[in-house]
Amino acid sequence: MIGLVLAEVPALPLHTAGKYVAGAFVVLFALVLVYLAIMAIRLSRIERELGELLELSERQVEEDALPGRAGERESTLA
Amino acid sequence: MYGKGLRALSISTVVAMTLALGLVFFYAPLEAEQGFLQKIFYVHVPLAIVSLSGFVIGGLLAIQHLRTRDSRWDMRSYVAIHMSLIFGLATLITGSIWAKGSWGHWWVWNEPTLVSFLIVFLLYATYQPLRFAIEDPERQSRYASVFAVTAGAFVPMNFIAVRLSSAYLHPRVLGGTSSLPGSMALTFLVSLVAIALLFATLCKYELTAKHTRAQVRALRRRLSGETARAPRGRSAAPVAAPVKLAAPAGRTSR
Repeated sequence: MIGLVLAEVPALPLHTAGKYVAGAFVVLFALVLVYLAIMAIRLSRIERELGELLELSERQVEEDALPGRAGERESTLA
Repeated sequence: MYGKGLRALSISTVVAMTLALGLVFFYAPLEAEQGFLQKIFYVHVPLAIVSLSGFVIGGLLAIQHLRTRDSRWDMRSYVAIHMSLIFGLATLITGSIWAKGSWGHWWVWNEPTLVSFLIVFLLYATYQPLRFAIEDPERQSRYASVFAVTAGAFVPMNFIAVRLSSAYLHPRVLGGTSSLPGSMALTFLVSLVAIALLFATLCKYELTAKHTRAQVRALRRRLSGETARAPRGRSAAPVAAPVKLAAPAGRTSR
């Protein structure tokens, strides 16, 4: 299929100015790739922070579930 | 909030970029003088137009910030300028490559379009250090907005000044698409739309990331029982708007 498409499209004169054109387009794609890498790092940081917060909230739920702690909490609120 | 419509925007960007690449390499005819080298035009010029427009948009958003004192406008202005700087850098690099292929030099100092773009780029390169130099977030956002408005007004003035200059070595594009053959004009317009969509998508990603980060921080403060905001370190990035978290169901507030 790809072979058929390539046979139909006009040949690109890459031997002359090809390196400059390729360079210009590579710059654009490198820019997008670098940005994606930065976003991936940020996303993993947010994921880690959310994991920590989930642990923290689970610990608080466990603490609240303890009988002594619940009574202590009710008296504080009263 | 900022993530709304992000998927549709991302898909549109990928479709537009693919279409633009297809048109550039398999539809647009080779230019008579420069031949295949002229294909750089379809990436370099849209990058320059989007970058300069981003600087102006940053100024307009800064006006909105100064009018309303709403930090969300400052954040939008910051992101628009930040992204325009990256696109501006790409413009300079692609332009330099084109100059080398076309004129045999990486840079030509007596070419007004190149030098004026460099001046605008260097002007905006001071935006981040300016923000970083001011520690108080409120003052930082106000001064940065004033800078963005002033510099944003400088961009079209600079553009007009170059247009009025006598040297016409650099190829004219804006206002001159009518002189392009139909297939080249169509390819250029699709490329321009693709690059503009890329800019919008990256800005939206950046805003969504910053907003999510602010939400995570607010959640951390709530869970650790802090009532006041922790003092933040010196940063060039604006302070995200205060995040309102819904009261947790079935839990009394601390």
